[in-house]
Amino acid sequence: MSNKTITFKILRQDGPNQPSFWETFVIPYLPNSNVISCLMDIQKNPINSEGKKVRPVVWECNCLEEVCGTCTMVINGKTRQSCSALIDKLMQPITLQPLSKFPVVRDLAVDRSRMFEALKRIKAWVPMDGYHDLGPGDKILPDHQGVAYKLSECMTCGCCVEACPQYSRDNNFVGAAAISQARLFNMHPTGKLIANERLDSLMDDGGIAACGNAQNCVEVCPKSIPLTESIAEMGRQSSKRFWKTLFQI
Amino acid sequence: MTKQRAIVVGGGLAGLAATMKIAEQGMSVLLVSFLPVKRSHSVCAQGGINGAVNIKGEGDSPEIHFYDTVKGGDFLGHQPLCKDMCYHAPFIIYLLDRMGVPFNRTPEGNLDFRRFGGTLHHRTAFSGATTGQQLLYALDEQVRRYEVEGLVEKIEWHEYLGAVQDEDGKCVGAVIQNLRTGDIRAERGDAVILATGGPGVVYGRSTNSVVCTGTATTSAYLQGAKYGNGEFIQIHPTAVPGRDKLRLMSESARGEGGRVWVPRKANDQRDPKEIPAEERLYFLEEKYPRFGNLVPRDVGAREIYNICVNQGLGVHGDMKVYLDLTHHSREFLDRRLGGILEIYEKFTGVDPREEPMEIFPAVHYSMGGIWTDYNRTADGFIDHQSPRNQMTSMEGLYAAGEADYQYHGANRLGANSLLSCIYTGLMMGPGVVNYIKNQKGSATDLPSSLFDQAQQQWQEKFTSIKQMKGKENPYKLHTELSETMMSNVLIVRDNARLAATVEKIDEYDERWKDVECLDTSDWTNPVPSFVNQLYNMIQLSKVIAKGALLRDEFRGAHYKPEFEINQPSDFKPESFLEYTKLKAERGLKQDSFKPDHLEYMRLYEETNEKWLKSSIATFNGKGPDISYEAIDTSLIQPRPRKYD
Repeated sequence: MSNKTITFKILRQDGPNQPSFWETFVIPYLPNSNVISCLMDIQKNPINSEGKKVRPVVWECNCLEEVCGTCTMVINGKTRQSCSALIDKLMQPITLQPLSKFPVVRDLAVDRSRMFEALKRIKAWVPMDGYHDLGPGDKILPDHQGVAYKLSECMTCGCCVEACPQYSRDNNFVGAAAISQARLFNMHPTGKLIANERLDSLMDDGGIAACGNAQNCVEVCPKSIPLTESIAEMGRQSSKRFWKTLFQI
Repeated sequence: MTKQRAIVVGGGLAGLAATMKIAEQGMSVLLVSFLPVKRSHSVCAQGGINGAVNIKGEGDSPEIHFYDTVKGGDFLGHQPLCKDMCYHAPFIIYLLDRMGVPFNRTPEGNLDFRRFGGTLHHRTAFSGATTGQQLLYALDEQVRRYEVEGLVEKIEWHEYLGAVQDEDGKCVGAVIQNLRTGDIRAERGDAVILATGGPGVVYGRSTNSVVCTGTATTSAYLQGAKYGNGEFIQIHPTAVPGRDKLRLMSESARGEGGRVWVPRKANDQRDPKEIPAEERLYFLEEKYPRFGNLVPRDVGAREIYNICVNQGLGVHGDMKVYLDLTHHSREFLDRRLGGILEIYEKFTGVDPREEPMEIFPAVHYSMGGIWTDYNRTADGFIDHQSPRNQMTSMEGLYAAGEADYQYHGANRLGANSLLSCIYTGLMMGPGVVNYIKNQKGSATDLPSSLFDQAQQQWQEKFTSIKQMKGKENPYKLHTELSETMMSNVLIVRDNARLAATVEKIDEYDERWKDVECLDTSDWTNPVPSFVNQLYNMIQLSKVIAKGALLRDEFRGAHYKPEFEINQPSDFKPESFLEYTKLKAERGLKQDSFKPDHLEYMRLYEETNEKWLKSSIATFNGKGPDISYEAIDTSLIQPRPRKYD
């Protein structure tokens, strides 16, 4: 048991526009490890497989329980959170790569600002009169809440857009996460007051028409959010809006 | 006059609530966050948010919520603030509901509420078992709205290093570091709010996120701000062991009927499902028939410690007990607890709907934090217009959320943290705006030398950190520090070990000087930041350990067996009210109470006279000086706690 090791092949990059390179680390096996606990072990002893002391690997993480979405990377070719990637369930050598659809900041850290900008574009909020006491909101039935809650679990982690063949660094597709958020706010009793503004933004360039229906997004979503249902629903709402506007009804 | 603005540091619930409330009043806000705000530690809160809406018709009221909160905190909370918070709680839940938080619903479509620890009422509104995440998203969406409107400027990937002070010591800005470029700069702000959360990472593995190092609040302490009640660290009874983190298993699992038990036979190797009911020890239900599995967290954590360590009954001989939900249907569990059960299954490979979970206690929350002020009204509420509310002892510097110290006394009740975060953020808003408007000028008009100097000071500090070429790996040193804290300043505290710990931390302080800065590059280099954070964690550990050493009593989460006064089993807390009344009015007679009760009450009273005070740490250049401050207990008379 004590001789057991874990081998990592990590795609590293010193900064944006720098060349990337693979570096291998072999570390002692410890039970109940996940990718993050291993990266932490490397920090404590940053020596690569050639015995050379190197700078510790840079990656992003925060909650370590798969609710903050920070630590997404490509692990053995699959996009997922590194906190919930348990070593015992991974084939070795374990390859770690940064998400490919976003600019690399350094090593495994990427810049996902584009996803947050998409939330601004689709007006992902409920308009409110103020933060003073105006009593309770509308009554909402449990089934409706169930659908909304599922959509609201989206942690902007980037898995869906990483797996999407239409989302690329050189286009402006908003991606499945943002489309699904538009659905969430369009189904809220007061959120729907600006439903048409959201639909207009989705009918614009880089909106819903850019979806190629590959359905990869729903396959990789760590929270099992029904993203393709959301895209279909927003497609329906957009078509309705299109015809209504066309005939001015 | 040039435009005034507030700087809010931290993008969790407290920071976002403060931002939106200040922006609502037309005041500009610079929001500084370590991470994209949507990834803040508030996402980890699971079970819910308290508010006495009384949806189940149980006769619940804000006054009972207030009482439960103060009693839960072993009477060390600041009562006017607790009262104001509890009376505002229903409104805060309604506000969140209006914002679109997908709270669970009753069949009629009303907000649903569940049970939580330390109360007998259904008082906790919830959104599955990821309530913190849902609340954070709702506030994030509101702030994004103000961002689009231009009133809020949000800068993420920046860390707060310290306050900029004018010659009178007043805070007029913040020095922040861009975590991508490494650049350090001073930002001007007419008020600075630290909403930077708790310091769980001091203990290494805890339920906290990796950003929860307490660096920002410690920095304020090192600059002279008072730090309150540092020794009160909450240990959550139920967490899931992990190598990188101790993942929280929400109190809501017990709120929804989860039962805690161990096999009656030590080291029973049977599969838990094969152990019949009569051979299981439901130790919380047995000892606390009234509150059962929903005793407050300090009580729960202590009982688990007692069962595992003193009685040797932990599961498979380890520090673990069963938390059992298997009596519920899968459908019920998925609807009400889905998120946390999925996490448990993902990380352990065991389905908690079919098998009892194996859980143990873990560091979870700091009741202590930076000292802050408030202004009360005659009837015991808070004057919301007062610029004193939430202000630290450094003028112009404010604190909110877990970063402050006033609300939870010696032990926080579950689901009161989401409440106190949002409450403080919203409550302080008008006072902060008043403070800024009362300033003669804007921080923008102050001479730039003030800001250049602060900036330069921090730049020099980081240059010297980068030049550190010692023998110590900072991450390993952190592990040692946290193991020391974990072994000695946890559930059960002992003066000899605490004294040794204080000395040990001084050694870490020395060894810190011999750290090697493993990476000296400029771009997105987390190592120098960590070396700085580690320094602050060492300083904060001193506050926690010394505070614990000096406080010779048993109160809430601070348990020193040596100073425990044993409550007679037939004692009723109300007797103490009669006792003090008799004493004040007619004089106490020897036969007024049973002798053991009388003796107990005498000791309880004596302890309170000495220790029912906030501990206040001030930095003396090397470590903390600890003093004690009286608190306002005029609204609810302190009395012994009892949960059985």
